[in-house]
Amino acid sequence: MSDWLDATFAEQRPRAIAALTRVFRDIDLAEEAFAEACVKALIVWGTDGAPRDPLAWLLTTARNAGLDHLRKSQRRAAILSRHSEEFQPLPAETPDPDELRDDVLRLLFICCHPELDRQDQIAVALRVILGLSVAEIASGFLVKPKTMEQRITRAKRKIAENPVAFETPTPQERGVRLSEVSLMIYLMFNEGWSTSSGPVQMKLTLCEEAIRLARLLVRLFPAMGEQSALLALLLLQHARRHARIDGDGKLVTLDDQDRSLWDRSNIAEAMALLQKAQRINHRGIYIIQATIAAAHASAATSEKTDWALIESHYAALYALQPTPVVRLNQIAAQAKLHGPRFAINALETLTEDLSTYRWFHAMRGGLLQEIGDHRAAIAAFETVLTLTPTAPERAAVTDKIAISQNELGHL
Amino acid sequence: MIYAITIYGEPGVFEALPKERQDDVMSGHGALQDALKNRGAFVSMKLMPPTSAVMVEPARNDSAAPLIVDGPFAETKENFLGFYAADFKDLDEALEYAKMISSPIARLEVRPVAWAGGALSSD
Repeated sequence: MSDWLDATFAEQRPRAIAALTRVFRDIDLAEEAFAEACVKALIVWGTDGAPRDPLAWLLTTARNAGLDHLRKSQRRAAILSRHSEEFQPLPAETPDPDELRDDVLRLLFICCHPELDRQDQIAVALRVILGLSVAEIASGFLVKPKTMEQRITRAKRKIAENPVAFETPTPQERGVRLSEVSLMIYLMFNEGWSTSSGPVQMKLTLCEEAIRLARLLVRLFPAMGEQSALLALLLLQHARRHARIDGDGKLVTLDDQDRSLWDRSNIAEAMALLQKAQRINHRGIYIIQATIAAAHASAATSEKTDWALIESHYAALYALQPTPVVRLNQIAAQAKLHGPRFAINALETLTEDLSTYRWFHAMRGGLLQEIGDHRAAIAAFETVLTLTPTAPERAAVTDKIAISQNELGHL
Repeated sequence: MIYAITIYGEPGVFEALPKERQDDVMSGHGALQDALKNRGAFVSMKLMPPTSAVMVEPARNDSAAPLIVDGPFAETKENFLGFYAADFKDLDEALEYAKMISSPIARLEVRPVAWAGGALSSD
């Protein structure tokens, strides 16, 4: 029985913590109060059954528990002096969806606190909003639980010392917050999808939790094309998780992946979300990226990929985000359309900007190998090895070096 | 009489369950589908999350096109997640089959069908 309740608590947690943080203006107290309400629920729901509206029940119980705490604890004085006005009341029965929406957005935004670096923003969001344990987050970031505990504590202290505004955001602020929060979720997924370095390629917990947050945003803002597209994009990448690493732990490139291992239900949902997003607008950064990912996902084989569509979408993305990494991806599509020599020449313009970006050298090595310049290919691949690749990447690159060396041996 | 067994619940709760519990739920669905298959035609559907939905509002007047609104129905507490429909002898028999997919995360409604048509399956 308690598994079902845990799942319900996990589902209600973001909205409950968000509303409680508004009431108490204190994240720790909100977390404590919610935990207490869950303990009470275990007892009461166990005998009486779950209420029709679990969120309203949890909110009311947690609010009372939190107020009780305040009365007893000395922290009360500090919190009351920080906010002289009375605590805002919680809706008695059904929480107002508009208010909840702003609560969750505010809480997500608090986690994206500008004083925190990106990793800490993500760690705090995982801890506070999704309720992951410190041990789970630590294993997500491949650090010791003790280290993670200290980092989260420090981050929360920084948040408490530099409070962001608790007022209901204006439409403009809401727009800014939404894009800041969306970016945090996008980067959380990226960190899970392509670890910056280390023994594993993917940290699936991070990917899955990023998807959960993206889903939460879509539920809160169902008519925002970019947020639907962000969820679609993450689902499309996530769908390939079983095909990206082979039995020996080596990274498998898109061309060589067994497409029957792609998760069809992820892809189907993403396509539905993307079609919906495209009704709303065509020019957002997530919509363009999701359209590109969808072009890959809907190609039956690597050869059937619509590279012209992909190339033109990278060009459109470059107009919005003129970064060398976007350009690199555009050149990768151009390599398929115009051949490796064209692409090698195009890469020249990025040499300076991307000298320490390992994917630049990996791609260049692959292209040089294609045209038979094995000496230069080996040099490019060896540069990759100096740029802290993950173990699966190292294995794949080492293989490629061996192929080129073998070719040289035959000359 | 055809009965529809409709499933309501909070989206996301199933996904938050541990793997074994998800398997428990799915094995109930597997058993129901096998049992229904053995006794004739049926349909089953699991709807995608409501966030992928678009609403079609009725037109204000005869000459106007219906209004298409992005987004699902406003925050209903429980969502319609999917359904089964098959020909049962009577309500009691329909209820017997519905029990196979009963779980703490979903509410089931068993309702007689007034008319039906078409045939559809994705596998």
